[in-house]
Amino acid sequence: MKQKKIDIVISLGLLVIIWQIVSVVLEKNTVVFPAPIQVVRAFEELFCVGLKGSTSSVTLPGHIGISLVRFAIGYLTAAVTGVFFGLILGSFPKAFAIVNPAVQVIRPIAPVAFMPFIVLWFGIGDVPAVVIIFIAGFFPILLSTVSAVEHLNPIYYKVSRNFGIGKVKTIFCIVFPAIFTQIANALRLALGTSWIFLVSGEMVGAQSGLGFLIMDSKNCIRYDALLATMITIGVIGFALDALIRVLEHVIGHKFGFVN
Amino acid sequence: MYIEIQDVSIDYKQKNTVQKVIEHVNFEVEKGEFICLLGPSGCGKSTLLNAMAGFLKPSEGKIVIDGQEVLKPSLSYVTIFQNYGLLPWKTVLKNVELGLETKKIPRKQRKEIALKYIDMVGLKDAVHKRPNQLSGGMQQRVAIARALAVDPEVIFMDEPFGALDAITRMKLQDDILEINQETGKTIIFVTHDIEEAVFLADRIVVLDANPGRIGGIVNIHLPKHRNRTSDSFVLARDKVYDLLKMKKEELIEYYI
Repeated sequence: MKQKKIDIVISLGLLVIIWQIVSVVLEKNTVVFPAPIQVVRAFEELFCVGLKGSTSSVTLPGHIGISLVRFAIGYLTAAVTGVFFGLILGSFPKAFAIVNPAVQVIRPIAPVAFMPFIVLWFGIGDVPAVVIIFIAGFFPILLSTVSAVEHLNPIYYKVSRNFGIGKVKTIFCIVFPAIFTQIANALRLALGTSWIFLVSGEMVGAQSGLGFLIMDSKNCIRYDALLATMITIGVIGFALDALIRVLEHVIGHKFGFVN
Repeated sequence: MYIEIQDVSIDYKQKNTVQKVIEHVNFEVEKGEFICLLGPSGCGKSTLLNAMAGFLKPSEGKIVIDGQEVLKPSLSYVTIFQNYGLLPWKTVLKNVELGLETKKIPRKQRKEIALKYIDMVGLKDAVHKRPNQLSGGMQQRVAIARALAVDPEVIFMDEPFGALDAITRMKLQDDILEINQETGKTIIFVTHDIEEAVFLADRIVVLDANPGRIGGIVNIHLPKHRNRTSDSFVLARDKVYDLLKMKKEELIEYYI
């Protein structure tokens, strides 16, 4: 565990050093290629007073908070509905055979492509970002759950039938815990993709949040603030992944889902 | 008769071909009897057992237990599988309680019953452990306790000791014989191990492969608690070898 932390520090430290060297060697216009120290100053500005010259006066913690709430709503809805319908469709292969082709056609469409319609129907604000996050998370969770149900050892069904456990109870009390590991994996992968799409969702459809801050910094020609926002997005994504790993571990062991 | 297998055939449909797994099998089982279904892999003995337990429907004929045709699995005849079929996220106690919930037994009584059978299979100290903390033999004991807890009439066992090491297997064979005598449960036991069948069974139903048919039925007239090395045991085993046509036609040369 300690070694892991040291590795993280070394990795990120190296990244900053390379960045510093490149900015010195290139001797580019520091507006176009900000050095680390400029980004640190931009951080300070964003954190204390918000982006100068922006239409919005929200500070960085404010934007983070807004983004996280949108993310939580979109992602949790995707997780609950994805797992629920995944369990149902996995348990009824004939229904899935009908649904699957439609899903396979919708799935390759980048969630952002839905944006014009979403904005048209729901207007600008929280909804577009939430919907984009939902779309980004829902399909991978759904399909992984279905696949896990399909590959479940048939012995669970035999035991369940033998001991007279009803169909609904079998799905939620036998199948769900039996595929918990696969579901947790799918949820973690979807968490990453959803977070990535949060930014796209907010870049177009919102007047606040980290995605908006990216666009705002670009419009104000503040590439140092832009980089600072990008770093914030990366760090939060990293933290969310660590958080879900811990959750997975705790829940998995508490309920004995993980061997 | 208690269990009647009446002219049962089972087909497996694979794409366009129909494969006969079991063909016109007839036999009967008395209450409390210990029957072994013995045969080489692929002879359909597990398939036949699955049909008897209600997991699949015979293509022809019917199976009757206690006067009622078997149409689906039931708590009155429980199956024990080779890979145990325990729920890994539940403790031993909760696993054993599994069928009792269906029987609508109150929570407190469920625990009492479960503990009784866990004790019976000698796992008192493992009540709150999870299956993955137990050895294979112990896991199969949990499965046996779980089956006994619902007080079934018949216990089906599908190569239950196949994944265990030889010594553990022999111990469990002793245990299951004892359970058969103590509780008077009818046991149908699938195995491909001749010695196991001779050690356990009152009668051995020998199945031939391709298609699965009854090759013969051997009555074992040996006392329970058989001695695996006694002459009569070896003789009985010899008879089964004979039936499976596994004995070499020896040309005996005499030197006088």
